[in-house]
Amino acid sequence: MADKKATRESYGEALVSLAEKYDFVVLDADLAAATKTGMFKKKYPERFFDCGIAEGNMVSVAAGIATTGKKVFATSFAMFAAGRAFEQIRNSIGYPHLNVNIVGTHASITVGEDGATHQCSEDLALMRTIPGMTVICPADATEAHAAVEAALLHDGPCYLRFGRFAVPNLTPELVPDYKFELGKGVTYKEGKDVTIVANGYMAHVALEAAELLAKDGIDAGVINIHTIKPLDTALIAAAAEKTGAIVTAEEHSVIGGLGAAVCEALAESCPVPVLRVGVEDKFGRSGKVPELLEMYGLTAENIAAKAKRAISLKK
Amino acid sequence: MEQSKKLTLERIANNIRINIIEGVYSAGCGHPGGSLSIADIMAYLYFEEMNIDPKNPKMEERDRFVLSKGHTAPALYATLAERGLIPMEDIKTLRKTSSYLQGHPDMKGTPGVDMTTGSLGLGFSASCGMALSGKLDNKSYRVYTVLGDGESEEGQVWEAAMFAAHYKLDNLVAILDWNGLQIDGPITEVMNPTPHNEKFRAFGWHVISIDAHDFDAIESALAEAREVKGKPTVIIAKSTKGKGVSYMENACEWHGQAPKEDLYKVAIADLQKIAEALN
Repeated sequence: MADKKATRESYGEALVSLAEKYDFVVLDADLAAATKTGMFKKKYPERFFDCGIAEGNMVSVAAGIATTGKKVFATSFAMFAAGRAFEQIRNSIGYPHLNVNIVGTHASITVGEDGATHQCSEDLALMRTIPGMTVICPADATEAHAAVEAALLHDGPCYLRFGRFAVPNLTPELVPDYKFELGKGVTYKEGKDVTIVANGYMAHVALEAAELLAKDGIDAGVINIHTIKPLDTALIAAAAEKTGAIVTAEEHSVIGGLGAAVCEALAESCPVPVLRVGVEDKFGRSGKVPELLEMYGLTAENIAAKAKRAISLKK
Repeated sequence: MEQSKKLTLERIANNIRINIIEGVYSAGCGHPGGSLSIADIMAYLYFEEMNIDPKNPKMEERDRFVLSKGHTAPALYATLAERGLIPMEDIKTLRKTSSYLQGHPDMKGTPGVDMTTGSLGLGFSASCGMALSGKLDNKSYRVYTVLGDGESEEGQVWEAAMFAAHYKLDNLVAILDWNGLQIDGPITEVMNPTPHNEKFRAFGWHVISIDAHDFDAIESALAEAREVKGKPTVIIAKSTKGKGVSYMENACEWHGQAPKEDLYKVAIADLQKIAEALN
């Protein structure tokens, strides 16, 4: 089994390891210990600015810094970055298309005990609606690290989502010559009966689902779509063409996130049955993460069941 | 201030007021009241105070300006035209589909606009970011932002005020246009944000109160701000909303509407009269 690490850890490590190579500053809103920007703060205190508990101001400050030619990471929990500061992101960063990377950690159900107010399952939907915004939700430590550098090199605003909960770092063994490319999905496994399109926390769960399906003689492909926008429509449409059925799996509302993006893309390119696994238009709640994942249907078993249903809907 | 310099500035400010009216009238909508109230401040900033080069609007060492009360874009555009950053004839394209002069300032489309604004409170924070970046790189540029008094009802204004004082942004000057009126009525009746001076002082700012239409006062306030070290400066500028146009002065209804032809003519006649007096 691969080592486990939360993608937020990779974020902190990436900031430190890229600090000498690139000129950027990091902002946080009193959550540096949790978001892991604290690692950067410790090593580069002169390039770290705590904005206090004032996320709207932090985002607009980031925009002002970006106008002077500096790259910026503005960091908070997904709820307060994408949620509370949505309008500041749209108007101060999105509209003028500034080089600010908004980072939302502690997204959705795997926040666990803090409960519904902190479990943002809507951030990707919100960010996806902003014109010109690149939206990234990495699956594991390797990918998260690479995504930070890709966002730095990208000209324009990015939203990056990192999780609180440790996930297996599968990329090194699954994809030997791994190269992170914005807007390009990663094929974990080829299949012929159905394709599971997943990202973030659910990417490794999708692989478990494929194993379950294999036991029933079903050959499921698995694709990791780390960039929800721009979406790798070509890869998804090719998978739909080949397997004739799709299941999406995401730790996010089924409204507006990966599942919705895949439905929108396939409706226009290759209409096949698509079933979505995600948070079913509900708020979260307090609890232990494994129990919550079970309760909200974010499991390999649920993906496998939906895969079978998707296969049965093929014409 | 020398009389000739003052006269020049007064003429510039009056030209700005005429072009505010021309722009808003051509658009058939917009915000004349709060544009007219800041014309003198805009004239002083762009013709005396700020280090800018009209031929090189993106000059790295330039002083920055952020119109945080972005709805008064007609004042900014009229000033940019007066200073030669945009063609004067473009003023009449304000808010038209084919024009780059958006209803609220757009930094990507308009030379000389340093920050996209319009949503109140956001520009003030952005100006803090510019000032912070300047400090970080030991740049000598200064950052100026104009806020509305109604705008100060936005919570983000006070988040930004806290931030600027915390990071000792003495290269930042905020000018608060205290014209006393917002869309729904007098600010003290709609949602009283006063006293601004005591609030900003409590937030750690250096506070100067002036008459927004007195060039001597504007000059000495901005000079004083340059001497203040370790804290940002706010200039509370008491102004007359609609200044210069008889029927718009202190009249709330001219916050956000354009005059029809008859009243447009009255406005231009009012301002021409002032222009003649300045000749």
